Amino acid sequence: MSGRNAPILQVQDLRTHFFTRAGVVKAVDGVSFSVDRGEIVGLVGESGAGKSVTGFSLIGLVDPPGRIVGGSIRLDGQELVGCPETEMRRLRGARIAMVFQDPMMTLNPVLRIGTQMRLALTAHERMSARAARERAATALARVGIPDARARLAAYPHQFSGGMRQRVVIAIALLHGTEVIVADEPTTALDVSIQAQILSEMRELALESGTALVWISHDLSVVSSLANRLLVMYAGRIVEEGPVAAVLRDPRHPYTAGLLRSLPATAKPGTDLNQIPGGAPSLLDLPAGCPFRPRCDRATDACRADPPMTLSGLRGYRCHHPIDAAAAA
Amino acid sequence: MSVAIIEVCDVHKRFAPFLTMGDRIAAQLGARVETRAVRAVDGVSLSVKRGETLGLVGESGCGKSTLGRMIAGIMAPTSGTVMLDGAPVMVDGQKADTRVQMIFQDPFASLDPRMRVGDIIAEGPLAHGLISKAEKADYVAAYLARAGLAPVFASRFPHQFSGGQRQRIATARALAMQPDVLVCDEPVASLDVSIQAQIINLFLQLRRELSITMIFISHDLSIVRHVSDHVAIMYLGRIVESGPTETVYTDPKHPYTQGLLESVPKLVLEDEALVRLQPIVGEIPSPLAPPPGCHFNPRCPYVFDACRSVRPELHPLPGGRLAACHLVTPSVLGRAS
Repeated sequence: MSGRNAPILQVQDLRTHFFTRAGVVKAVDGVSFSVDRGEIVGLVGESGAGKSVTGFSLIGLVDPPGRIVGGSIRLDGQELVGCPETEMRRLRGARIAMVFQDPMMTLNPVLRIGTQMRLALTAHERMSARAARERAATALARVGIPDARARLAAYPHQFSGGMRQRVVIAIALLHGTEVIVADEPTTALDVSIQAQILSEMRELALESGTALVWISHDLSVVSSLANRLLVMYAGRIVEEGPVAAVLRDPRHPYTAGLLRSLPATAKPGTDLNQIPGGAPSLLDLPAGCPFRPRCDRATDACRADPPMTLSGLRGYRCHHPIDAAAAA
Repeated sequence: MSVAIIEVCDVHKRFAPFLTMGDRIAAQLGARVETRAVRAVDGVSLSVKRGETLGLVGESGCGKSTLGRMIAGIMAPTSGTVMLDGAPVMVDGQKADTRVQMIFQDPFASLDPRMRVGDIIAEGPLAHGLISKAEKADYVAAYLARAGLAPVFASRFPHQFSGGQRQRIATARALAMQPDVLVCDEPVASLDVSIQAQIINLFLQLRRELSITMIFISHDLSIVRHVSDHVAIMYLGRIVESGPTETVYTDPKHPYTQGLLESVPKLVLEDEALVRLQPIVGEIPSPLAPPPGCHFNPRCPYVFDACRSVRPELHPLPGGRLAACHLVTPSVLGRAS
């Protein structure tokens, strides 16, 4: 086993492809990153960028026609790619867990919350029903559900959307999970409820040392939560670095374009900066840099795939990175 | 106020459950039958000046979409009136004026998949005699161009377009009716960030070129700030605060507006500057049984006795603003202290 300071999660050159009748969809195509213990990593991109498929790959839940075709995912040193399903079932829920966008899809509508939590507990540990109830009530109280003990008898439909998402997070935290992959967990929630969950998640991660991979399309959400930012485009990470540094001084033209298209960064009433065109089809990616057709800095050099350039904590995949310091 | 093009006066909308005879008997016998009505919109008055954009903001269940539908004349209020240029938009439960049109949130649901784009856009103008069949092709081409689409798209079907392009088609359809007022209900909520910018720019351009009046409904506070001249913040069926956008955003008077603005995640540009999100405590109460007095009182940090019994009315403040809070109403504050 690795030491205390080694990254808890190491992803190397992950490739998840979908073999459809129309062709091979390279949803994730060479993604590498690592997550430290207790770190919150934000994975940002637009629809079709491959961020959810990356999340599903991490917990080994890619359904056919999708398949992890290459790369490695190491959880605390243990290889998860190609790991037998029996072993994966032992890890999933106990050491690595996932929280989905829609809590109604995760929770079983016909089982009481207490029953679902007991099942999650006894799947990994032998314990009495009474001990399971205790653990479940403590976990619910920890995510801010009032009157937790009584709420164990409630069904999912008796909770509001925000409370349901809290229940799901409580279940993910039951076993002292080391990594939680959260796929747009606050997207369906109202702003005031989202703010509550964001500030609670930050405290939980800090307190329990659980690492979070927070998948979102919303740069503002990630910026107020995460330590590090990964920007995905067309199946690969195009930029990474500490959140504030990347947002302040984006190197990749896509990150810069995304930032400039936010109303929050523009003067009210003025035209927003728009990235021309739409996301490319993953079936038929342009050769070289996939952002090339939409990029205003593109040259002939971009017909070759740009490698990930690392400098310090920052990294970007671009032949013509933006250099704010040089431009100024 | 002759400049107001839209005048909404004390509008209410209740959704009562449909009770069968059996339900009624069961309720009489003491069985648990839901007989309460949802007060989706609970006494809203507002006016919008010609050429102005009003942003309607609120969280889910606050009644913003219901209010929008009533302004657009596609849903009848339970009581109260919506006037367009001094005439009601609805007469006997029927839409009486085509000068107010609506754009919906989901462009996958709002376009008939079996109609060609040209027919979708021309259907209204043909039915209302704005154009003749002979003029259809040119008319459609003109409005497609207006919405930033190529004229050849007229012969295609909605499934051949992306979400952003479909929202452009929905916009062209609304514009083809030559409306004075456009009600946009979360028009960019289902789109990706970079596509959102394209559609928002389209709306800004339409406003500049056609001086169209817009009601822009959204839960996204930063988008509303970007497009609106005035905003109205709704909470559980009532407007709690309204006024010119920048003043409301920079100096909110109602505790709910303050909490809502605090809750919006911001882009953080300083290292390790962990933003203190100051969330509003508690949850949005059920609109079936809203708390008495001020609807916000169970979650309000400044609550006092009057808030639990007396409904605060919208009170005028300097700068053309209104706020419904006992803290800004001098008479009630005097009584409490």
